[in-house]
Amino acid sequence: MAGSNGIEVEDLVREFKGGLRAVDGVSLRVCEGEIYGFLGPNGAGKSTTVLMLTTLLPITAGTATVAGFDVARQGPLVRSAIGAALQEAALDPYLTGTEHVRLQAALHGMPRKEGRRRGDELLERVGLVEAAGRKVGGYSGGMKRRLDLALALLHGPEVLFLDEPTTGLDPQSRQALWEEVSRLATDEGVTVFLTTQYLEEADALADRIGIIDDGKIVAEDTPEALKAQIGRPSVEAVPQDPAELESLGDVLGRFGSPVAASSGAVAVRLERGAGELAEVVRALDGAGVGVSSLRLDAPTLDDVFLEKTGRSLEGESEDAAEETPA
Amino acid sequence: MSRAVLLQVLYLSRRSVLRALRQPATVGPALVFPLLLLAVYASGLGPASGLEGFPGDSYLDFIFAFPLVQGAVFAAISAGTDLARDIESGFLSRLSLTPMRPVALLAGLLAGVVALGLFQGVFFLAVGLLAGVEVQAGLLGLPLLVLFTVLVGLGFGGIGAILALRTGSGEAVQGSFPLIFVSLFLSSLLFPRNLIENDWFRAVATVNPVSYMVEGIRSLIITGWDLQALALGFGATGLLVAAGLFGAAASLKTRMARS
Repeated sequence: MAGSNGIEVEDLVREFKGGLRAVDGVSLRVCEGEIYGFLGPNGAGKSTTVLMLTTLLPITAGTATVAGFDVARQGPLVRSAIGAALQEAALDPYLTGTEHVRLQAALHGMPRKEGRRRGDELLERVGLVEAAGRKVGGYSGGMKRRLDLALALLHGPEVLFLDEPTTGLDPQSRQALWEEVSRLATDEGVTVFLTTQYLEEADALADRIGIIDDGKIVAEDTPEALKAQIGRPSVEAVPQDPAELESLGDVLGRFGSPVAASSGAVAVRLERGAGELAEVVRALDGAGVGVSSLRLDAPTLDDVFLEKTGRSLEGESEDAAEETPA
Repeated sequence: MSRAVLLQVLYLSRRSVLRALRQPATVGPALVFPLLLLAVYASGLGPASGLEGFPGDSYLDFIFAFPLVQGAVFAAISAGTDLARDIESGFLSRLSLTPMRPVALLAGLLAGVVALGLFQGVFFLAVGLLAGVEVQAGLLGLPLLVLFTVLVGLGFGGIGAILALRTGSGEAVQGSFPLIFVSLFLSSLLFPRNLIENDWFRAVATVNPVSYMVEGIRSLIITGWDLQALALGFGATGLLVAAGLFGAAASLKTRMARS
């Protein structure tokens, strides 16, 4: 069981007009206080799943409970138990940070004094005290995301939905947001459902990861377990003499199948694991192929994604980040 | 209405008014353009008041309903566009994730229209009186003129909200408003119905509820207390308000299809 403050989803389906199934039979369980990373490329069904779980989009089929409440039949109770920061911080550019907090507190029915106290506390926690009196239209992308998070937390939700919270953020803002999300789960026991297309983010934050592709979950486990499923590391070597690249490839090819490598390098996934590395070195020596560098890489989540879907997520997330305005 | 909902309405109304005040590029034209057009029409069409059968003897008095109605439409465009932007930006989704009652959102939005309409009504009336408009209904007629302006704004605000909620696009809302302006000009706004010689135009103006709103306002200025004109004016305005509110509430229910 996911526990009263967790998430339980069974065969969730969302079909749009024209028969397009954006979410096609998703089942998952998120335990209380757990950070669940929902990883997938653009259009995989991540945001549609979040919209259904937050009651903003009707479910076509299947069942879902959030914080112990049925999403389809107990919408108001679900909404009172959750906080959400959806894609693109949806803020009013003409209101100040403080005015946003006051409005959100009033809409949640919080007593005035309590709303102000909690709002001030959260603005301080996300580092927006000085900017609180300024109109949000002048905020940077990172500041908007932090205010968005503060607003989502204002009423003390048990479950927090974060839909691609760091897309378009600079590394510093991203790190700060990761720390806050980790703290919420660890110190306050908030259950976090985090969608992301950044492998690094899922790896750093999530206790467990579900990989979604074409509306279906194709893999689900802890990051370590997922990577262990791939099991075998890869070895990448750069020849001393660039003319020996082909010979290098021939030698490495005896130890595994080729994988993507840096420019001017050759890489293979070792068939029998890291123990083969010594044999690789001996084989290179025997063939008289000198290398300027030799690197053993542990499996990454992208390897997992590639294995499960036949595609790499790395390029897609970079493209998406470039397309997203800060 | 519970205290919680009243509080929601209060905060959402405050937000609408703040938004309006913080967008001078929107409020400015709503105050300036109607007065500019009033000046143009009053000076260019002034001699029309000498025509036989023309109500009153001053075209300025006759045309003074124009800024009141046009200003209200401007306020409604602004409210509709703001709501559409809320949908586009996802702000409506943010609000939908709170226990906010839809009625509070609608009331908050329209409270902004009412506030702006109230300000416009008082402002236009002050400028009109300074420019020489004579209100035959006397002092008691002045608040009634402002009330008319507010109600017309509320009615058109409801139409703006319907357009915003149906399309979810600020551009679509703004693109639809020329049609509303056409409905203003196909009424007795610029010319009395009895002097419109073109049959189809007179027929359209006669069935156009805007004519009765305008004639209700105009009666207070030119005639004094014409109960029939006032009843027809308030009746037409009331119908517009009812249709706008009902349509907006239904559209909001569809848009906020939360479980």
